[in-house]
Amino acid sequence: MDTETMAAETRAKRPIRWHVGVFLAPAVLVYTAFMILPLFGTLQLSLFRNIEQSQVFVGFSNFRTLFGDPNWSVNFWNALRNNVWFFIIHMLVQNPIGILLAALLSSPKLRFTAFYRTAIFVPTILSFVIVGFAWKLILSPIWGVAPHLMDFVGLKSFFTPWLGKEQYALTALSLVSVWQFVGIPMMLIYAALLSIPDEVIEAAECDGVTGMAQFWKIKLPLILPSIGIISILTFVGNFNAFDLIYTAQGALAGPNYSTDILGTFLYRAFFGFQLQVGDPNMGAAIATIMFLIILAGVCVYLFLVQTRLRRYQF
Amino acid sequence: MKTKLLTALLLGTSILGTTGMALAEDVTLNIESWRGDDLTIWKDKLIPAFEAKNPGIKVVFAPSAPTEYDAALGAKLAAGSAGDLITCRPFDKSLELFKKGNLADISSLPGMDNFSPVAKAAWQTDDGKSSFCVPMASVIHGFIYNKDAFDKLGLKVPTTVEEFYAVLDKIKADGTYIPMAMGTKDLWEAATMGYQNIGPNYWKGEEGRAALIKGEQKLTDPQWVEPFKELAKWKPYLGDGFEAQTYPDSQNLFTLGRAAIYPAGSWEIGLFNTQAQFQMGAFPPPVQKAGDTCYISDHTDIGMGLNAASKHPEEAKKFLSWVASPDFATIYANALPGFFSLNSTPVKMEDPLAQEFVSWRGKCKSTIRSTYQILSRGTPNLENETWVESANVINGTDTPEAAAKKLQDGLDSWYKPAK
Amino acid sequence: MSTATRSLPRTIGAHAILITYTVIALFPVILVVMNSFKSRAGIFGAPLTPPTPKTFDLIGYATVFGQGDFFHYFQNSLVVTVASLFFVLLFGAMAAFALSEYRFRGNTLMGLYLALGIMIPIRLGTVAILQLMVASGLVNTLTALILVYTAQGLPLAIFILSEFMKQVSNDLKNAGRIDGLSEYTIFFRLVLPLVRPAMATVAVFTMIPIWNDLWFPLILAPSEETKTVTLGAQLFLGQFVTNWNAILAALSLAILPVLILYVIFSRQLIRGITSGAVK
Repeated sequence: MDTETMAAETRAKRPIRWHVGVFLAPAVLVYTAFMILPLFGTLQLSLFRNIEQSQVFVGFSNFRTLFGDPNWSVNFWNALRNNVWFFIIHMLVQNPIGILLAALLSSPKLRFTAFYRTAIFVPTILSFVIVGFAWKLILSPIWGVAPHLMDFVGLKSFFTPWLGKEQYALTALSLVSVWQFVGIPMMLIYAALLSIPDEVIEAAECDGVTGMAQFWKIKLPLILPSIGIISILTFVGNFNAFDLIYTAQGALAGPNYSTDILGTFLYRAFFGFQLQVGDPNMGAAIATIMFLIILAGVCVYLFLVQTRLRRYQF
Repeated sequence: MKTKLLTALLLGTSILGTTGMALAEDVTLNIESWRGDDLTIWKDKLIPAFEAKNPGIKVVFAPSAPTEYDAALGAKLAAGSAGDLITCRPFDKSLELFKKGNLADISSLPGMDNFSPVAKAAWQTDDGKSSFCVPMASVIHGFIYNKDAFDKLGLKVPTTVEEFYAVLDKIKADGTYIPMAMGTKDLWEAATMGYQNIGPNYWKGEEGRAALIKGEQKLTDPQWVEPFKELAKWKPYLGDGFEAQTYPDSQNLFTLGRAAIYPAGSWEIGLFNTQAQFQMGAFPPPVQKAGDTCYISDHTDIGMGLNAASKHPEEAKKFLSWVASPDFATIYANALPGFFSLNSTPVKMEDPLAQEFVSWRGKCKSTIRSTYQILSRGTPNLENETWVESANVINGTDTPEAAAKKLQDGLDSWYKPAK
Repeated sequence: MSTATRSLPRTIGAHAILITYTVIALFPVILVVMNSFKSRAGIFGAPLTPPTPKTFDLIGYATVFGQGDFFHYFQNSLVVTVASLFFVLLFGAMAAFALSEYRFRGNTLMGLYLALGIMIPIRLGTVAILQLMVASGLVNTLTALILVYTAQGLPLAIFILSEFMKQVSNDLKNAGRIDGLSEYTIFFRLVLPLVRPAMATVAVFTMIPIWNDLWFPLILAPSEETKTVTLGAQLFLGQFVTNWNAILAALSLAILPVLILYVIFSRQLIRGITSGAVK
């Protein structure tokens, strides 16, 4: 194992390093033209209002409406609360399961790992259309798959139409989302675990550190940066989530807005729904707030967490 | 044979067209629509009929899913890549497009005089001066029932509310069938097939609707709360787990013969005809007392307008004039039983169930859905809130009074009726 | 190599957990595929039983194949996905290398700038993107989709790859520099092979949302010639909402190509991961 290096490099500064520009240019150009400019073109709409078919600058008035007018703020806080719950479930269920599965898969000499790995990742590759449809079928009281299965293990009395009940729908959908995406933390952690050099493990085993202790004491510290990545990816993904709720519950995120998250709230405001005419200005205001929430999270990660993580080079 | 040859020819030109060798005079019109269900009817019946009479104009029907239609169309119109012909939602959605200058004024289009003012109202400015879509069809609400089930249980078609519940009780007591196939999962079933279906009998159709718009009545008035109270009574007659029952679930429950009554819109007829293996009948929403005037929701639902930015406005207008013609009405109404033509020329329809629905126009007074005109312009949106609250009332999570109050409060927060 | 023998119960325990989870992961997929081969009555009557001679029915598939050119849609999806993937990986790796390897003024800021994209749903930029495509005449071309997906995939790719590139040994790179290799050679010859596992991971992550996207095909390339398979399937669902035979068949057909693509990739992925680990 190499010496542990804190990214600081001591190479002498050269005047102009063209290659840095060459490496960055293609990505920055495509990304700026097709993502950043359109997005910020939209976000700046949040400072305008459509009055008599023309955009008039109104400062922060849209944000005042969003937080001050109960017609908007009640929905906003509800969506934010739901979104936080959605995120908590992912952090508590998806990531631990992902790490557990990765740890099991990476154990040497375990057979059929290729099969398990492929199978467990399958839900992740499915489109939301398929996932939403399949789970609606399974949980449907009409089709009877879930009640039937629960009957099998004697739990039939616990069955309720989860997706139709205010108190359960969001949790049920969060778990469906966990089911779909558990492959991502699993793969990332798996890759990280595999890249731990054999010498490290052997050294640990020589010292008598094996099994669970080996995982906690040796491997876990080594994969902490990867756990950092999956946490922040989960955070960003969850606060941008939209498709699953939309395909399973529709844009009104029923019953009674109990599954409404920021993504669906934004969609209704920005694009409109049914008779509701889209309001790009209010939509942009919501998007700006979402962006700030996510940006805050990412900054915490980049500046507080990432810089403190110890990285090991092999 | 002739149409086949023609389609083959057209197919040929379309292939050539993509390689840049199309004949100069060939014009292609694209239709934007949310009616993916009608794709084959447009492809096989309507478009060939038009193209046969109008050589040189090619029409492509390009639907997107109903849930994405409005958002996708809005983006395409804003950027200038939308099709020449736009299928119009009724009232404010299209009015908004007209105000933005996306839909052209077609008040003077030849054929527009084939429609009554009522039919045109859904696609006009508030003052009625400009029209921007050709009315295509309306849909009627009512109840479709399983005739075989009714015969087996010796049931008679109910005409009053009392008889309605008596019938439901008997079906429930017998236990063979789920009395009524409806779920609250998709929300809109509860509002559209429930509240808007039975409501007009209570608020007296147009009378109540106009009074609501004028501000003379409130949603908390008894005639508007009463339909919610009825909905609340439906709960025991719905299938197990109706809270998670989706719209397709309901349709399947009924067409598989597991449910006896289906609160319906006439648009179901086409599908039910192909899927149900039993005799079906229909009855209008039951009235409160025998002898009361009945009211039905005969909702102007679909029209077609001209994209103001179309590169071929003349050809597109030709097409729209054809859509306004009795020819189109006959093909359309028969190919899609349950979508009733709004054309003043009576259309002969073959389908018995569709005939039953349309016969109510003679017996009952027609109205449109109460939330569509003007009242869904603001935030919160009355129609969307009505979906949520209707479902809440049936689920039992809101009382009828509480639901009505929420709706009225939401409306009051932005709507100031002209006095 | 140490020969620490795993105790039998532990191995059984590991298998038990993995099998349980595999069943949970695959059950919904199997349910959909299984029922797609059954008659309507069979689907509703006994959803959990595999098709029997009595309930076996291909009517759903017949309906699907009678509609639309799914093979052509599939080709479009493939072209878009593979091309976008190529550009995302190439440009993403280059940018990630620049960010993780060189210290320059604004490095962190540039990193943050390139990460902005994962924080705002790109769907919001729809109108502006569409205007851009209309202006450049790219509407209804696959190029439009490839450009947008490349832009959309870059932030995540850069984010993950730069994390992995920081773990590549400096000694190795410096040795290369002493041997007089150019920075480009160092990147392509020395660094890229070492981050293959991460590249494969990014490839899979990037591929999924592109293949499954519905929105941009609908907006940018809805024509018959450029329709992708996901858009085709979605329109099909809209058309046959209650025809569950057809829906289940369409869903099964939509699952199949991604599944094959994934299995192919997954081989590469694992080969990448293991070869990265064994040095």
